Amino acid sequence: MNFNATLLGQTISFIVFVWFCKRYVWPLFAAVLEERKKRIADGLEAAARAEKDLELAQNSATEQLKIAKTDAAGIIDQANKRASQIVDEAKEQAREEGQRIIAGAQAEIEQEVNRAKEALRAQVASIALAGAEKILEDSVDQAANEEMLNKLAAEL
Amino acid sequence: MAESVAEQTVQEYITHHLSFLTFGRTHDGHWGFAHTPEEAAEMGFWAVNVDTLGWSVFLGAAFLYFFYRVGKNASVDNPSGVQNFVESVVEFVDARVSESFNFKNELIGPLCLTLFFWILLMNTMDLVPVDWITGAFEWTAATAFNFEHAPFKIVPTTDPNITMGLSLSVFVLIIYYSIKHKGIGGFLGELAFHPFPKWMFIFNLMIEIPTLLAKPISLGLRLFGNLYAGELLFLLIAAMLGAYQLPAHFAWAAFHLLVIPLQAFVFMMLTIVYLNAAHETEAH
Repeated sequence: MNFNATLLGQTISFIVFVWFCKRYVWPLFAAVLEERKKRIADGLEAAARAEKDLELAQNSATEQLKIAKTDAAGIIDQANKRASQIVDEAKEQAREEGQRIIAGAQAEIEQEVNRAKEALRAQVASIALAGAEKILEDSVDQAANEEMLNKLAAEL
Repeated sequence: MAESVAEQTVQEYITHHLSFLTFGRTHDGHWGFAHTPEEAAEMGFWAVNVDTLGWSVFLGAAFLYFFYRVGKNASVDNPSGVQNFVESVVEFVDARVSESFNFKNELIGPLCLTLFFWILLMNTMDLVPVDWITGAFEWTAATAFNFEHAPFKIVPTTDPNITMGLSLSVFVLIIYYSIKHKGIGGFLGELAFHPFPKWMFIFNLMIEIPTLLAKPISLGLRLFGNLYAGELLFLLIAAMLGAYQLPAHFAWAAFHLLVIPLQAFVFMMLTIVYLNAAHETEAH
């Protein structure tokens, strides 16, 4: 084991290699590894942010659904109210219409009765006269009895 | 007779595989490759193990170029398989650094990435069958350059020059950061006034200076020792078991497969721990 200038040669090569490695090789990989580390960190951060966004969106969706449900319930309520109102109005109208029809019919009936009475009255007078003629068998002096007959007709 | 020849051959085989292709100044004054380990030793300090240093530089440059290309074409959204692999290595190193290093220092990450992957690759050369590249080189050298028995070692971390080159560089960084963050006084104080009271500073120095020096030595020799032993066992299997060596190679390779990344990891972890300690300013 004898030492010679190989020792110096190796030392010089070592210095040159370390210098080269520090100057040219190491920075390349440091940059790549740093960049990748940064991208991974960014990616994870974006994922966390997206998760938060999703949660917010879900919350807002739930909120909106709740509002929509309340609105819908209100609208249905109103519709029901309006429907029963319409039914009530219709009922009222129908009743009034019915009463009007009934009143019209009653008036007509009354008219008819009166007319019948009138006709009957005229007929009764003539029947009475005819009856009286028959009873008397003699012609009644039309003129003498005219007054009495009119009085009778009026009394009936 | 035949036995002694065989023994000689085994010894020669292993010696050959353990020697380096050393370039330096030979005793007759001209520059060239050493032909024997003795000749290599005679060249003294101003010689270079062309094989281990060459493989070390080649592997380091190849891995950094590969990482650089992958990093240039890296995509944040759609990483390719190769990019995933490189990224996982970078992230693994970065995770170990952020776990064990409590200060801000832009150098530690790239330093540890270089150390870890470079040592890993150098150790992995141990899994290349011992004679493939070495044998091909020996044959080429003998045929083309008339250089008989040229050694060619392909596992850089089995050369103490390589491992100590790394650990001594780390040691220089330890001293540098210690002085930078604690000051000269703080650094020397840590050596002199710890763990015993101040008046016993002689004893403190006797304990702390070897502790400090043990760091680079243990760091470099641990790596060297593990890989050297691993290679030596491959060589022994190849030299002594003859035709039946394959299962033994396989078993040892399977075990060695654990040692290879483990030693790279240990070297990196200890570097992080030592440098972290160098940054710590408060006395404990």
